[in-house]
Amino acid sequence: MINLELSKKHEETFGQVMMLAEHMMRPYSRKYDKEEHTYPKEMEEVAKLIGGARSNPSGPKVSIPAGTVVNGGNMGAVVGLFGLCWGDVGLFLAMPGSGLGNAAITAVGTPEQVEKYGGSYAAMCITEPGTGSDSASISTTAVADGDEWVLNGEKIYVTDGERCDTLVVWATLDKSLGKAAIKSFIVEKGTPGCEVTRLEHKLGIRASDTAAISFNDCRIPKTNILGSAELATDAEGRKKAFGGVMQTFDNTRPPVAAMAIGASRAALDMSRELLKEEGVELKFDKKPTNLSALQAELLQMEAEWHGARLLVLKAAWMADNKMPNSMEASMCKAKAGRVGNNITLRCVALCQSLGYSENILLEKFARDSKILDIFEGTQQIQQLIVARRVLEKSSSELK
Amino acid sequence: MTDETQDLIFDLTLTDDQRMNRETMQRFATVEIRPLAKTVDAGDSPAQDFYPKTVELGISLLPIPEALGGAGVDRSPSSNALILEDLAHGDLSLALGSISPAAFINTLIDQGSDAQREKYLPLFCSEDFKAATTALLEPRATFEPTEPATSATANSEGFSLSGTKSMVPLGMDAELVLIIAHMENGDPAAFIVEGTPAGMTRTVEENMGLHGAQLATLTLDKVQLPSSALLGEGPFDLQRFIDLSRIGICALAVGTCQAVLDYVKTYCNERIAFGEPITNRQSVAFMIADIAIELEAMRLMTWRAASRAEQGLDFHEHAYLAKVFCAEHAMKIGTDGVQLLGGHGFCTEHPVELWYRDLRAIAILEGMASV
Repeated sequence: MINLELSKKHEETFGQVMMLAEHMMRPYSRKYDKEEHTYPKEMEEVAKLIGGARSNPSGPKVSIPAGTVVNGGNMGAVVGLFGLCWGDVGLFLAMPGSGLGNAAITAVGTPEQVEKYGGSYAAMCITEPGTGSDSASISTTAVADGDEWVLNGEKIYVTDGERCDTLVVWATLDKSLGKAAIKSFIVEKGTPGCEVTRLEHKLGIRASDTAAISFNDCRIPKTNILGSAELATDAEGRKKAFGGVMQTFDNTRPPVAAMAIGASRAALDMSRELLKEEGVELKFDKKPTNLSALQAELLQMEAEWHGARLLVLKAAWMADNKMPNSMEASMCKAKAGRVGNNITLRCVALCQSLGYSENILLEKFARDSKILDIFEGTQQIQQLIVARRVLEKSSSELK
Repeated sequence: MTDETQDLIFDLTLTDDQRMNRETMQRFATVEIRPLAKTVDAGDSPAQDFYPKTVELGISLLPIPEALGGAGVDRSPSSNALILEDLAHGDLSLALGSISPAAFINTLIDQGSDAQREKYLPLFCSEDFKAATTALLEPRATFEPTEPATSATANSEGFSLSGTKSMVPLGMDAELVLIIAHMENGDPAAFIVEGTPAGMTRTVEENMGLHGAQLATLTLDKVQLPSSALLGEGPFDLQRFIDLSRIGICALAVGTCQAVLDYVKTYCNERIAFGEPITNRQSVAFMIADIAIELEAMRLMTWRAASRAEQGLDFHEHAYLAKVFCAEHAMKIGTDGVQLLGGHGFCTEHPVELWYRDLRAIAILEGMASV
């Protein structure tokens, strides 16, 4: 039955997370924005509370008959992120366990790998100085040598790269074989040959550390490959192999879109509060054309925000119910990414010099939101994926 | 709310009835509506000849209680929104005309008195198409749907109505018209007008689009109505009427925008320039991707407002925002539809220029298509 409201359980989750966001994150937002690269230790407490809620589902487990529609982990994750990133995107990204590395290990790791590394603080190393969106052309290499893999190359933009304990590293077994030879590997921090070489200074999400990491003859156990070490021999197999690596993104794009929903809600709430003090209130009564430009724009932004939010919920709902959602994941990331950026930037302008000032957080939301339209696939990459699906085109036809 | 509704989860699965009903509506839109769209728009085929065919769909019959001759299915804003979406995939204006009687019926069921339901609903249970409609819009640039200027003055025989209503669907033929006005104390009120009483003039409109809906201006000059014409027993909930209508208007926009997407997808995939399909170029492909993205958001916002209305939850803000969103993006999709076909899109040989003209109305329409 068509219902686009959250379940009671997820409404409760959202309420609890909003409390954490308001009382345990917001008070530190400005501090760690100013003190870039300082570890926000206060977030460990928040991470613990969230982790506790994750592993202690309330009530007895009920077995669900096959074919029943569910609202599960994917829905829970995006709802949680709506709240946490209403609090602060940067501080959320600085929480142990929030990394994409964890998502990858959980999604494709063997039981032994999940057992050993699933609970670690895992970061994801994909981007290289010469390779961004075209992740198929990465040049970090992995060469088998006895019982070990030897990694060589340089990775950048590794979120949590300094603070994490574990790295998931994308590397190629044979560059000449293209994307089919790309595999991911688990590297423990402190392994000789693996070194954090730099921390980036950024426009926003400054609470989150972004590292450059180099691998020089870095040796890891043979068992630390995620997925199979086999190389596909035919075109179909090669396509499938890389598809498997990329599938991680179907699960991680809705959460990043959810971050944009949270950040832009924060900006809208703050702006509406400020404007209310000055006598401008949204009443949802008159048509936008009969209102002031300020009110009309706020209402338009509210509408855009709601539309983007529903796309995120749909993508998560599909994932929970095992429906292929590659297109919907990209749709929600594209829409939420651009809406999130636009709303936060417009809110600064609408509140004029108040919005631009570091006395309040509006300008910070506007800086933080930019990355959400870039990482986990830029706006343009999402459009490309959606376009290929809608138009039924291959990547060689629609480049 | 009951315990049952509290246990609901987020779900986009249609009921079996909705799925079957959609198939019927989609078939009808493809076979009966789309082929007529162009000729009706050009005035070569009178829409009056089309509307009797819609009787077989049973849209009017569905929510009417069995005791009054109907099918007695609970009125469902969600299912109604799906019907509008599917019919508008065929043609926006013919869809609007087709469901105008249902919009009248829905409002009568929602806010009418028992006596009014018993009097009027059985009239819609015959084999013949019964034209009925609702009239809210007025011809002013700053018109606000919650503040109709049409006035109703109480007198010894009932009420006297004066004012002008514009863009009334089936306005020339409707045997029953629900006129929205305000009372002397400013309260909104709705009146059931039968036929064309003295003082009421019907004038055919010529508009940018929506030709198939047979829009007309109704001028009321001291039209005397009996007191039984006043809809319902309590005050008329104008905001609720507007909100339920907005859901219907958004659903119409969704259906027509889906038609645009389907059309440009096929056309642009087949259109060759510089030696390859133009969809091999990102500038074209990304426009189509954005149409798909915004259309899906339009649909979800419409469904959400409809579903809230159906569950008895407050849906005012959701209907309002859905309308704001659909008004903006429907027009963007309409203009991009023409753009993607280039000069061919500007010529009437292709339907995109018709959709462009029709979709301009989404921002303007109010008080019709109530679900």
